[in-house]
Amino acid sequence: VQGCQSDDHRITSRMEIEILHARTGKQLICLDHVDNYSTVLDLKKWIHKEFPKYHPVRQSLRLEPKGRSLSDEETVHSLELKPSGRKLYLRDLGPQIGWRTVFLVEYSGPIAAYMLFYLRPAFIYGVTKAKMEPVVHIACACWMFHYVKRLLETLFVHRFSHGTMPIRNLFKNCSYYWGFAAFVAYYINHPLYTRPMYDHLLEYPALAGFVINELGNLSIHLALMDLRPPGTKKRSIPYPTGNPFTALFSLVSCPNYTYEVGSWICFTIMTQCFPALLFTVAGFYQMAVWAAGKHRNYLREFSNYPKSRKPIVPFLF
Amino acid sequence: SLKRNIMAAGGKDGPKSPSRPRAGPGPLARSWLVLYNIVLTAGWIAVTYVSLLHVMNNSTPPTVYSGIYDSAEVVLKVFQSLAVLEIVHAALGIVPSNVLLTSFQVFSRVFLVWGVLHPFKEAQTNLGVSLCLGAWSITEIIRYSFYTFALLNMKPYVLQWCRYTFFIVLYPIGVTGELLAIYCALAPAAEQKPFTLELPNPYNYSFYYHYFLVVIMLSYIPIFPQLFFHMIHQRRKIIGGGAKEAKKE
Repeated sequence: VQGCQSDDHRITSRMEIEILHARTGKQLICLDHVDNYSTVLDLKKWIHKEFPKYHPVRQSLRLEPKGRSLSDEETVHSLELKPSGRKLYLRDLGPQIGWRTVFLVEYSGPIAAYMLFYLRPAFIYGVTKAKMEPVVHIACACWMFHYVKRLLETLFVHRFSHGTMPIRNLFKNCSYYWGFAAFVAYYINHPLYTRPMYDHLLEYPALAGFVINELGNLSIHLALMDLRPPGTKKRSIPYPTGNPFTALFSLVSCPNYTYEVGSWICFTIMTQCFPALLFTVAGFYQMAVWAAGKHRNYLREFSNYPKSRKPIVPFLF
Repeated sequence: SLKRNIMAAGGKDGPKSPSRPRAGPGPLARSWLVLYNIVLTAGWIAVTYVSLLHVMNNSTPPTVYSGIYDSAEVVLKVFQSLAVLEIVHAALGIVPSNVLLTSFQVFSRVFLVWGVLHPFKEAQTNLGVSLCLGAWSITEIIRYSFYTFALLNMKPYVLQWCRYTFFIVLYPIGVTGELLAIYCALAPAAEQKPFTLELPNPYNYSFYYHYFLVVIMLSYIPIFPQLFFHMIHQRRKIIGGGAKEAKKE
């Protein structure tokens, strides 16, 4: 029995919503006693109560089987469901894992892996008395600094808009980070490592460049943190702040990625190691894809978004 | 062969790029494609011809298979290498195939010819070559002739049926041949070290071709079952229940 839909929202009417499985179309459950003020998250919690397997974070509720995922904060009233057919489709996103957890696991690997090769264990390199070039020590310090910084940012700086991601991403991401860490570390710490051409000419400027880019990246992360009040999922247009590193916001949508690529370019120049170059190119490609997506979202969300900005490379792309 | 057939299986004209609107090739592109597919059909018929000729003239083992590469070498290299054009066709959008997938398939074949057979005599004289050539020739003749007819707006059901049925036998045979050939190349690769870069060097990188070949062999383990069962699935979709519809065309 449908309650009457009144414009006066002080009279909240109880209604029923059918939850259908997005793939099969079969009805999973009919939620009764739903009112206009119930949120999507409330619906998910009720579904979870009936089906313990469907934890709210792995549910995607939509108006159409292949439609956009409804956000947890939306109310039933905002969905504007017609009395004749109050149905939502549920898609199972699969086992989820928290972003924070993923990042911590992802970034610990490169630290452990690089350290392993830096110690030049005999079971990898054989027994060797070869000296380590100064640049090899510096490279280790840079690498460690980069990933410890990332760990600390994950713990204290980043504010995530999604709580979780599918668990298979964990394996994919870890393979990427850990694999490349071993690949790069193996060659830089190798007894037969060859010092870059022209010795100091490039090493120290590249190191300086690396540090500048790391500071730039950190500045951007801090600026983004300030842009989003804690506990919210608010998005706003970032602008340059007092920090000179944030000036890059006027040229690109994702200056944090720009600085990150800059760091790795400097690292590659400093070590003159081809695997480091491959790592830089792979990272640039992935970040360019993400930057393009974020740039598109900014343009879609804000009509007053500055037109002169590019996704990741100033003036070009 | 292994990866080649996914293109054959992907759909009427190969795995489609989902984002590209089906504009279809213009008259100039269409004429070019018809020419291309006719030439390649003829090319692979030529490969079959020289191989059969060799077999008839040398019916005793081991020459019956160890000399096949010598006879077919030139035609094989010419027509397999021409397949690189298919990547261009996909990139230009005149065929609805996915660029990445096409590149992957073409490179795997070209790699086998130029990276495994060409450099290593041990691979050339192995039985594996005959299995490869046999499987590839039949597959390609069917595939290119089917494309030719499709471009002329004829889609003979017989050819389509062959495409989606022969693979059941040809695929495993082709893969066996490829793996045998690569396996025979391992020992000479370890000894001669072609395409190999050793430390120390200014790039601080090393590449051992024979380890690379081992990795390639291992990659067949996850890749082959996936492609094979994809083909089975496609077969069911295109031929399975569609026999009546296809006959109507």
